[in-house]
Amino acid sequence: MTYEELLLELVTKDSRYVVMTSENRAAMRNITSRIKDNFIDTGITEQTQVGMAAGLALRGRIPIVHALATFITMRSFEFIRTDVGIPNLPVKIVGGVPGFLSDGNGPTHQAIEDISIMRGIPNVNIFSPADEDELLKGLPEVLASPSPFYIRYNNTKPVAGHSEFKIGRAEILGEGTDIALIVHGFLFAQAYKAKEILEAAGKSVRLINMRTVKPADEEALIKAADECRLLVTIEDHFITGGLYTILAETLLKKRKTADVLPFALENKWFKPGLLNDVLEYEGFTAPQIAAKCLKKFDNI
Amino acid sequence: MTKEKKEQLEQTALNVRAHILDMSTNGGCFIGASLSWTDLCVYLYKEFLNITKETLKDPSRDYLFLSKGHTVPALYATFAELEWIEKERLKNHLKTNDFIYWHPNVNIPGIEFHSGSLGHNLSVASGVAIDCRLKGGKNKVTVVVGDGELNEGSNWEAILVASAYKLDNLLVIVDRNKFQANIETEDLIPLTPLDEKFKSFGCAVKNINGHNFGEIEAALSSFPFEKGKVSVLIADTTRGKGIPSIQSRADRWFANFSADEIELLKKELYAEHQK
Repeated sequence: MTYEELLLELVTKDSRYVVMTSENRAAMRNITSRIKDNFIDTGITEQTQVGMAAGLALRGRIPIVHALATFITMRSFEFIRTDVGIPNLPVKIVGGVPGFLSDGNGPTHQAIEDISIMRGIPNVNIFSPADEDELLKGLPEVLASPSPFYIRYNNTKPVAGHSEFKIGRAEILGEGTDIALIVHGFLFAQAYKAKEILEAAGKSVRLINMRTVKPADEEALIKAADECRLLVTIEDHFITGGLYTILAETLLKKRKTADVLPFALENKWFKPGLLNDVLEYEGFTAPQIAAKCLKKFDNI
Repeated sequence: MTKEKKEQLEQTALNVRAHILDMSTNGGCFIGASLSWTDLCVYLYKEFLNITKETLKDPSRDYLFLSKGHTVPALYATFAELEWIEKERLKNHLKTNDFIYWHPNVNIPGIEFHSGSLGHNLSVASGVAIDCRLKGGKNKVTVVVGDGELNEGSNWEAILVASAYKLDNLLVIVDRNKFQANIETEDLIPLTPLDEKFKSFGCAVKNINGHNFGEIEAALSSFPFEKGKVSVLIADTTRGKGIPSIQSRADRWFANFSADEIELLKKELYAEHQK
């Protein structure tokens, strides 16, 4: 099954769902003619799309809005905050090509502050799937939730199947106590491979996949801080306001500290290019992550 | 319009203006544009919109979205006159034990959606209008915008989309009081010819005097103005209407009067009504 097949199935079963887009049809191109009355393309108008979605939600609909992640989160930020966040309407906001997935587009299209700005809005939750498998596993619960959600769209092919999805619960692979790799979204695959490399080097590793970045699984973070010698956050996002910040906030609440190695974008946009080249250039491939982790671990 | 009906509407509008004056002290309110759309507000709720106290949540009701949210005192006062809320409750203006503050919010019966940030409600109302049409409803969806508010590009974006979807169940009323917050519209970001702008965006447009109940009724009785088009009613109005000493004054966007000033202004309001 694909994302659009899932949408088609949901809309067919439940007419409350309305698929919307600001003329970005990549994620629903093949189904638009089959969901006529439940499909609205507002043209290149992100803020109007979100405002209209709020109006549809007032009438009992569950709109699933689509646009590129940069534009839907920033161009229409105030509409999300004011028309969706304040009234807590069940509008689902799907951002395309988030983070590194914008590969060759350049900084205009790099949504690497999206987590930060969306999580700052009361009521708005965040789902950042690791790949297509997790996207499809999580979507039914995320769409059925009465809350607004920002969905960091990611339909890349999975490196591994995922466990059962529950909002607010991280997926935890392994019980290692040397290093905890904490990740969300597209970089899960690199973290997954980095875990294998680190284990081959004799380290005991756990991988925490923070699939709902908000509400975050704080319990999993605290447990990792208690049990592991090194915590590693991995995110295709500015270091401010994302996973590293969430970890810091969570630890501070419990008066805890930890050795933390963050992989994030430090006060700069990333070098545009082909996706694999971008990862290499920015130091986010599995071998690069593993090497840095080992170095840090030896210096604790 | 019969003489009797006209007098009833004028009496309600007078009461609404008096309530607005009462909210213009102890913290004050955005009085100028609250008074400019008062007559429209009274007509809409008493004659045009299919909403009663009993049907405030009925899916088949008509909708009104006040996009120029800072002029909500006219709504509070009209709702009090319709007995949707207690008149006594207006005394809670700006009190933290109630929700009667400077911008609309859904805690007040009759208010469909919050506003305050300009340029939002046209898109929200368009979403409501699309859903009403999809469900085969006869609902009329009205949005009241200010002329200064039309500086915000989001209005024009929403109008483009509403026209593309041929939302002829959507009525946009422009309270054309010719003032921005601090300055006359034509001296800052000129809007003239406003009707031509809306027409070129695909709307059916009527111009009226927004203080003349006969003209308001004549225009709205032909809603939708044209099949398949968004209706736009440009209502020529006067900021501070009803109280000559504050009418059309740039410095009477917001006012926080003393109790003595309120007494004098009320005398002026009633004297003007007698004319």
